[in-house]
Amino acid sequence: MIPAPFDYHTPSSLDEALSLLQEYGYEAKILTGGQSLLPMMKLRLAEPEHIIDLNGIPGLAYIREEDGHVKIGALTREAEMEESALIRAKLPILHDTGKLIADPQVRNLGTLGGNLAHGDPGNDHPATMLALGARVVAIGPNGQRAIPVTEFFVDFYTTALEPEEILTEIQIPLPPPGSGGAYLKLERKVGDYATAGVAAQVTIDATGRCTEAGIGLTNVSYVPVKATDAEARLRGSTLSEVDLNEAAGLAAAASRPSSDLRGSEEYKRAMVRVLTKRALQRAIARARG
Amino acid sequence: MATRTVSITVNGETHTRDVEPRLLLVHFLRENLDLTGTHIGCDTSNCGACTVLLDGKSIKSCTLLAVQAHGKAVTTIEGVAQGGQLHPLQEGFKEKHGLQCGFCTPGMVMRAVELLDKNPDPTEDDIRWGISGNLCRCTGYVNIVKAIQYAAEKMQAEEAVEA
Repeated sequence: MIPAPFDYHTPSSLDEALSLLQEYGYEAKILTGGQSLLPMMKLRLAEPEHIIDLNGIPGLAYIREEDGHVKIGALTREAEMEESALIRAKLPILHDTGKLIADPQVRNLGTLGGNLAHGDPGNDHPATMLALGARVVAIGPNGQRAIPVTEFFVDFYTTALEPEEILTEIQIPLPPPGSGGAYLKLERKVGDYATAGVAAQVTIDATGRCTEAGIGLTNVSYVPVKATDAEARLRGSTLSEVDLNEAAGLAAAASRPSSDLRGSEEYKRAMVRVLTKRALQRAIARARG
Repeated sequence: MATRTVSITVNGETHTRDVEPRLLLVHFLRENLDLTGTHIGCDTSNCGACTVLLDGKSIKSCTLLAVQAHGKAVTTIEGVAQGGQLHPLQEGFKEKHGLQCGFCTPGMVMRAVELLDKNPDPTEDDIRWGISGNLCRCTGYVNIVKAIQYAAEKMQAEEAVEA
């Protein structure tokens, strides 16, 4: 399978990339890892006339701790995050997530920015970023803006990014002490998209009460889902068995899966319930250290 | 649609060609350079038969444009044996019967080169996880895992002698 013809652009700066985007708008697609875009182009699901390859722009791949956040450059590869001691120590939920994406070769190329900007509800990072309360930074002709991930995923394969904007950074607030998170994914085989996936992040205070909870769901709706009712049910609770069961039920109720080869709607919703409880249990165990 | 001139160093030798931007790296290797050791299996980045090294990292060459490899170094299965000597991984696949039809083997070997480079003493679990992006429809993977273990042991022993 061979993609339709296109013109290939290799800007060496963000300014150059932005002017190309302004010139070509909807006819252009940005290439970073290419692990979702190229398969779509080979299947002719996407036939962009212009490819703007950002890989020649320096300074877009990094992982650093700064101003109470972990900041990750949009072109950081999955493999780089997998090997990051900072992520392993401070954001085990993100380490969990990365390891479950595709396979090692794909993770050598695939980027965090691409995983989010693609807007595929089957991608794994969106749920984790929703659970972590992250925001993304986008640069456009009028400068830079920060977009909370809660406002980023607007529709099927559609994000809040304007056609002339480029996602440059992901900012994750450093979880306070007493926090833990986990990502669980049910997949038919390695490399598959999730039948269902759940990201859970909790913060527990000295008295054992949950002060913050974040739950994101993968591939069970046309957009990544933030299970707000389940989160609210956990805040202020002691995270008892009953609390977890009820929150898991609320997360399942928040999902809108469709029946397909991976399972029926009913089955997927049941799996959201099971995975939510298990992800919470693992998150709580990590929070309690 | 304009062609682009690419220079790609493949197995130590630099090749310069004018190519269409849509040309995939695997086609560049097989058709432009006649290096047919890199196989096309699924063509959808699932099977790993087309795995090569790009600047030392294993990638699926069916899902990378040749223009993306401009200025970079690619290693294919043709480039792993040195001086007429099989690479320990190639030897391992031979000794441990790590192949039947052999279609997946080039990709398995190239993937395992990076795996052992990063983790010279992998557990069986590390190996199975490490080759999770490579499909074999003949062997059930048991002997592939043994082949990689064989290579890991041999490479470690060689390193111990050199040290």
